[in-house]
Amino acid sequence: MTTAIAVRDGNIALGGRPVVRGVDLSVRRGEVVALLGSNGSGKTTLVRGLMGLVPWSSGDVQLLGTPQRRFNEWHRLGYVPQEGSANSGIPATVLEVVSSGRLSRRRLLLPLRRRDRVAVRAALRAVELEDQQHDAVSQLSGGQQQRVLIARALAGEPDLLVLDEPNAGVDRHNQVGLAATLRPMVESGATVLLVLHEMGPLAELIDRVVVLRHGRVTYDGIPPTDDSLDEFHSHHHSHRQRDRTPLGGGPL
Amino acid sequence: MSILQYDFMVRALLAALFTGLAAPAVGTYLVQRRLALMGDGIGHIAVTGVGLGLLTGQSPVLTAVIVTVLGATLIEVIRERGRTSGDVALALLFYGGIAGGVLVIGLAGGSAQTLQSYLFGSITTVSVTDVWTVIALAAGVVFLALGLAPQLFAVCQDEDYAKVAGLPVRFYNLLTSVLAAVTVTVAMRTVGLLLVSALMVVPVATAQQLTKGFKATILAAMGLGALASLGGVVTSFYVDVAPGATIVLLALAGFAAAWPVGSLLRHRRHAGAPFEVDPGLPHLSVPEDHRHTHGVDCGHVAVRHGDHVDYVHDGHRHAHHGDHYDEH
Repeated sequence: MTTAIAVRDGNIALGGRPVVRGVDLSVRRGEVVALLGSNGSGKTTLVRGLMGLVPWSSGDVQLLGTPQRRFNEWHRLGYVPQEGSANSGIPATVLEVVSSGRLSRRRLLLPLRRRDRVAVRAALRAVELEDQQHDAVSQLSGGQQQRVLIARALAGEPDLLVLDEPNAGVDRHNQVGLAATLRPMVESGATVLLVLHEMGPLAELIDRVVVLRHGRVTYDGIPPTDDSLDEFHSHHHSHRQRDRTPLGGGPL
Repeated sequence: MSILQYDFMVRALLAALFTGLAAPAVGTYLVQRRLALMGDGIGHIAVTGVGLGLLTGQSPVLTAVIVTVLGATLIEVIRERGRTSGDVALALLFYGGIAGGVLVIGLAGGSAQTLQSYLFGSITTVSVTDVWTVIALAAGVVFLALGLAPQLFAVCQDEDYAKVAGLPVRFYNLLTSVLAAVTVTVAMRTVGLLLVSALMVVPVATAQQLTKGFKATILAAMGLGALASLGGVVTSFYVDVAPGATIVLLALAGFAAAWPVGSLLRHRRHAGAPFEVDPGLPHLSVPEDHRHTHGVDCGHVAVRHGDHVDYVHDGHRHAHHGDHYDEH
């Protein structure tokens, strides 16, 4: 199997309201795909469906070659949720939060192994937070907290990395940093699905763009040039964007 | 020490030590999930358990464990299902629990005294069997709370992430609730049902004034809990006061002492946190004449900024650059 994500006619309803409607989505191994769309277009719901956090009302969904219902290779998945939920009622250090990225690989009741520690250190280095590893997460800035969550996902050494709005509330400088962080992963063959509001400095990494509007895929193809990018966010020029590349037809 | 010559005091100290360790261990997870008052609710429900024990002639501890575990499970289900009306449902359960308990204890012919010994604890009257039960249950709670710390931490910290990591989130949530229920029952004899929540939450609140990490918080909270419990029992031996109340007041005194320190620490950490580096910013030197030379003890707060230090000077960030200062 060479597909990391395969969705055929996927539907998700939240509280009875259809949010993701008849979505076909296919992401090949090693591909970097950006999921674009305005607020409320169903991007986050689609990703939460892929991660098994909300149920599909119908459709055929496969993750890394396994039907999602039977999927259990959690250590191959990396997920960076939308909002910095790194804060809770109890203080936690950067190192503690990033270490929880090894959970799907570690054994019950036993301490972290050498391999785990090496991966955690590498993840901290990748997001340039090595010096702050013993600081409380709540003391960090928004951009740094976002990087903590990215490091947590990287620490699991995933084959498929899904990031939900990693650039929300992050300045341009840190967006460049994120692109630099992801590049080695992409070069080593990992698959990346990014939910984005706009591509920004990540554009150079992105192989393909999927645009959602009102829960439907309205564009699926090569990234647009800077000039045409505005149209992806406009609500009026949707007709000529329906040149979807055929999905499921022929070898991908 | 004369206090150890009395068997009942040795028993009381052992029970206090183990309760003091177990209650904050579980309490840390409750505070992390922002369910600090859950221990209080379970304590209310336990009253019904005690009543049923007295009515049926069973051990009140046993029936209390059963009823509180059922109650905790129900709370967990309500929490998971109905997010909006959750607190009202919990309130119904809590007050139902205490009213039912009072009613059943009355039916069983129990006096106000019996009820009081469970509501406020009666640590100096615990029997040898009681002590062993407390030790066994508390040790089990501590073992699970610390042994499964990475998993429980992740579930309490970020439930969605834990799900994607493949953890059985519902199981761990339920486990936290059951551990809380068992702890409440264990602490029933030491601080009593009405005050147990204090022993679960106050040492945690005290610990997190001073700590930066989760592990440090849970261990410090356990230490503080044990200290307050032992201190409370010892105090009540020399001064004729209720041990349960003394334990809780000692724990609160600890918080009162730690809070100003924590407040100061937080302020200093915040003021001293490194500034973010952005190489794209244009060079900007301080426009006015800068006579003052910043240094290690010039009195201005020095904050790390990449490879140099910025001095916070009248709301500006001054960095040394050649023969002048830059505005950073």
